[in-house]
Amino acid sequence: MKQFDYVRPATVAEAVAAAAQPGAVYLAAGTNLLDLMKGGVSRPDRLVDVTHLDGLDRIETLADGSLRIGALVSNADLAHDANFAKSYPAVAEALLSGASAQLRNAATVGGNLLQRTRCAYFYDPASRCNKREAGSGCDAKDGENRGHAVLGWSESCIATHPSDFCVPLVALDAIVEIEGKGGRREIALDELHRLPGDSPDRESALKAGDLIVAVRLPPAARGFATHARYLKVRDRTSYAFAVVSAAAALRIENGKVAEARIALGGVAAKPWRARAAEDVLRGVAPTADAFQEAAWRALTDAKPSGDNAFKIELARRIVVRALTLAAAGTPARLPALPASPFASTSGAIHA
Amino acid sequence: MPELNLTGAPAHIRHGSNIGQPLTRRDGVLKVTGQATYAADNHPPGMLFAVIAVSSIAHGRVVSLDVAAAKRHPGVVDVMTPDHKPQLAIDPEIKTNPFVFRMEALQSNEVRYANQPIAVVIADTLEAATEGAVLLAPRYETLPPLVGLDAGASFVPPVVGVGNPTENHLGDVEAGLASADKQIDATYETPPQYHNAMEPHAIVVQWDGDRLSVDMPTQGLVLSLARIAELFGIAHDKIHIRSPFLGGGFGSKGLMGGPPVLGIMAAKLVGRPIKLVLRREQMYGPVGHRAPTRQRLRIGADGEGRLTALDHHARTVSSTFDDFYEPAADASHTLYAAPAIRTSHDAVRVNTGTPLFMRAPGEATGSIALESAIDEMAWACGMDPLAFRLKNYAEVEPITGKPFSSKALRACYDQGAARFGWAKRSLQPRQMRDDAGLLVGWGMGTATFPALMFQAEARAAIRRDGSGVMEIGAHDMGQGAWTALAQIAADAVGLDIDRVTFKAGTSDLPDAGIAGGSAHTATAGAAIHSAGAAVIAKLADLATGDERSPLFGAGNAGVIARDGRLIRRDDESRGESYAEILARAGVAEVEARGTGAPNPAAMEEYAMHAHGAVFAEVKVDPELGQIRVSRMVGAFAAGRIVNPHLVKSQLFGGMIWGMSFALHEQAITDRRSGRIMNADLGEYHVPVNADVPPLDVITVEEHDPHVNALGIKGVGEIGITGSAGAVANAVWHATGVRVRRFPIRIEDLLTQS
Ligand SMILES: Cc1cc2nc3c(=O)[nH]c(=O)nc-3n(C[C@H](O)[C@H](O)[C@H](O)COP(=O)(O)OP(=O)(O)OC[C@H]3O[C@@H](n4cnc5c(N)ncnc54)[C@H](O)[C@@H]3O)c2cc1C
Ligand code: SF4
Repeated sequence: MKQFDYVRPATVAEAVAAAAQPGAVYLAAGTNLLDLMKGGVSRPDRLVDVTHLDGLDRIETLADGSLRIGALVSNADLAHDANFAKSYPAVAEALLSGASAQLRNAATVGGNLLQRTRCAYFYDPASRCNKREAGSGCDAKDGENRGHAVLGWSESCIATHPSDFCVPLVALDAIVEIEGKGGRREIALDELHRLPGDSPDRESALKAGDLIVAVRLPPAARGFATHARYLKVRDRTSYAFAVVSAAAALRIENGKVAEARIALGGVAAKPWRARAAEDVLRGVAPTADAFQEAAWRALTDAKPSGDNAFKIELARRIVVRALTLAAAGTPARLPALPASPFASTSGAIHA
Repeated sequence: MPELNLTGAPAHIRHGSNIGQPLTRRDGVLKVTGQATYAADNHPPGMLFAVIAVSSIAHGRVVSLDVAAAKRHPGVVDVMTPDHKPQLAIDPEIKTNPFVFRMEALQSNEVRYANQPIAVVIADTLEAATEGAVLLAPRYETLPPLVGLDAGASFVPPVVGVGNPTENHLGDVEAGLASADKQIDATYETPPQYHNAMEPHAIVVQWDGDRLSVDMPTQGLVLSLARIAELFGIAHDKIHIRSPFLGGGFGSKGLMGGPPVLGIMAAKLVGRPIKLVLRREQMYGPVGHRAPTRQRLRIGADGEGRLTALDHHARTVSSTFDDFYEPAADASHTLYAAPAIRTSHDAVRVNTGTPLFMRAPGEATGSIALESAIDEMAWACGMDPLAFRLKNYAEVEPITGKPFSSKALRACYDQGAARFGWAKRSLQPRQMRDDAGLLVGWGMGTATFPALMFQAEARAAIRRDGSGVMEIGAHDMGQGAWTALAQIAADAVGLDIDRVTFKAGTSDLPDAGIAGGSAHTATAGAAIHSAGAAVIAKLADLATGDERSPLFGAGNAGVIARDGRLIRRDDESRGESYAEILARAGVAEVEARGTGAPNPAAMEEYAMHAHGAVFAEVKVDPELGQIRVSRMVGAFAAGRIVNPHLVKSQLFGGMIWGMSFALHEQAITDRRSGRIMNADLGEYHVPVNADVPPLDVITVEEHDPHVNALGIKGVGEIGITGSAGAVANAVWHATGVRVRRFPIRIEDLLTQS
């Protein structure tokens, strides 16, 4: 293995300073980063281990009703926090549909946001990949690309962002708190991940040395608690990334949709907020026809990037189903197989 | 090797009847407490780490390696390349017998497949060796690779599988098809699959002069030993291999591949002990796989649903440099009573590592196609799939006309169907829904696997203290040999299992043959049985020839061994203990050897197969196409069941693998580069816990007096066959969509909603 420095700062300020030098990267639980290093995809000179930073492992409700989730809270702890799951059920469901129990126990909030694509050519240093090595080409474009993007892709990169967690978060207008060289700032999660354009190597709005310290859900996000679901179609029942997924959240007043939130996963280089589809639903009754129309609107701009035209039709159907489930109401308990089409009939003990 | 501390079983054992008891595995405690030493757990003093550098192209030549850069890396001791390596005694390209496959031992710069070993870096630490391998930064001259089932001109191989004829004929297939009322003509595709045993291939090796000490998982101790001996030009008795536990093999650890040979070479090069372990992605190349197939089935049936002809053609691939042909079409020889049968194969060569035996080689690939086609034929005839199979039940083996040595398949169908509730199935597809609105489908498949026997030898002894010893170089791959064979050994010498020291898993013990072909329990068991009988006969000679013995004059056949005593057959009150007999005779122990082997006369007369019937229920989301198996029942008849507990586990594992075949497993090969793009367990899908529903296994009673002395047929592979087809057929029944390319995927089912 390539030799590298390992530092374990005690404070956020020290961490940001330690990460200032070129070739430095943050290490959280390492469930993604270490695999990338072992595969020779990532070859950092310095690892700045953030897992011992103080104060980033808390879930706190702020005075204005926002919820602030520290970047080091584990995926499992967040999902199993009873208050959290009650207020933001689609987020908990998405978390629990990801990876495996072991990975969720380790994986952090910050790491989940910044996990890299699962494009097989990205993971393979012998393949050409514009994301890994700017300007080298994209072997996925004419290769094995069944799982690749149908929205927002470019000729230089057709990869998707694989996170489940980010999908309901972006639907709920989550905000990312960042500590960088210039101090603290915040951006909408929707602006964190970049579409590839002609520079797929630039994946996010973060600058070198920027540390995510927290994710915040604004007060309005609680308003969807009774009608919020996440649905994830995958090639096996558990422990698989989404082929396509969707988060749907509704605020229903007097039998009409007062506000809808829809986002898609597994379709683009970022969690895909479908605002046009949300607009379709505003003020109308939550009917099957309305959901169909919203689904069509969500995928208007979709086009296959390879052998993946099926994902467009699948995405439409998933949007309809997720909206239907959300309209039916959040279940009192999370299903044994969260976010699965088999949730209600599983007989499974856990996912 | 230190003595293994195998624990007894909590189950009560009836004296003199160890066989048939559901003992839990005796190595279980060692395994769950981490005390079972697998090959890579050995660390002889002074050991170095070797890491293989593999090719990232599938075809061409290595033109340069930056050996200097690798050597400069701290901790790197040496780099073994085609130009810098110990000489082998024979060229690894020479096939000295049909069980020798060509391997890469750095004999040239040529690259024949992706992930082929091209150099070995040896270092103080695993990390340094790993980085050294990266620093080699190979440069290649790349040639276009041959990829896929249409890669080039096809040819008819001389044989398929292990010496099976490429073609077989019975009757006139074309006439049978022409006379049929109903016909189907369907083509099925199965993908390349990799064994993916949990334990990667590993070797720890130490030279001491010309003596060689090896820790390595192997399914064939003596075959491996012989291969090492010829490659390194040393005598058999100079080599000691220990393989007490394998973390799965599934055929990939049967015959020596290149990687362990490279470990032995590396140890020779540097004169230090070496450990070499493959990384997961390195297992996708040099250690075998299941070849892809494209199978065309043409079947005809008359107005009553009786088969008139069955034509099964399979296209497969082999490597560009060696020959192994998945005998997929042979699955059609034994199951269905068609008056005309033709099976045939052809192949193309592609740039892959040579395909090899993988759990049910030929049977698994052939079964999913055959069982799908039989289902399609039943539907074409408007018949229930079980009724159709019963209508075409083979009373004799169709292709040979031989009677079966035993065949309780009808009972398997009956018991399996009853347990499953098959009678309530709708004939039409897409009729059943559950409460949540999911589509429900029921499918079935017939399971079959030949009852094979290889050659084995065992040594038995009875000691002065009345205890027994049984020695055989048998292999525990996780299937439970430490337990099942010890049960047979205990009965063979008439002792409780705890009174018998059972030794296995090293190359200095008598040759147990190969743990493959579902034949290990039968073959090793037969050798143990005969060694036990022989040692008891010697003991009986001592007693019956001695006038001081209560057994005097009983004659060799006049005594039985039970619970540590020999007793008179005609008067069970008269007898004496083994210890008494030996004490009086003044000998420390008596010993004898026995063998297990196929019986050619019986094989000439009978067709020998295990059978089963598998029933599966799947649920499919009608709009989203996601599939989940919700229930499976398998009823199997496999002769005598030595340990019902272990047998069930084997059959569960097989059924899960069948589900995996139908719905999950597939190596995704880049069509341009010939490289495998999902060479890891995150992306090469096998079922996880949430995929596996409640499974129900019924072992159907079957007495077979012909297969071997113990009547054992073997259960290692049969569970995959039938199961894969049952799941595929259930998907059709749920959806009305017949998918003929495996694994079945979500997009295949999105056509309707
Ligand atoms: C087999 C497997 C299956 C998986 N399946 C799923 C799935 O189904 N759904 C899903 O959503 N995910 C899945 N994952 C991904 C998993 O969720 C991520 O690996 C995990 O969330 C990453 O978190 P981590 O703390 O381990 O991050 P690390 O691996 O430590 O880091 C990941 C990246 O984030 C950066 N980083 C981490 N923390 C910060 C921070 N605070 N500020 C700035 N940068 C930071 C690191 O530098 C690195 O680039 C799977 C992973 C594996 C290995
Ligand atoms: S799709 Fe993107 S990540 Fe994948 S190979 Fe192309 S450039 Fe790289």
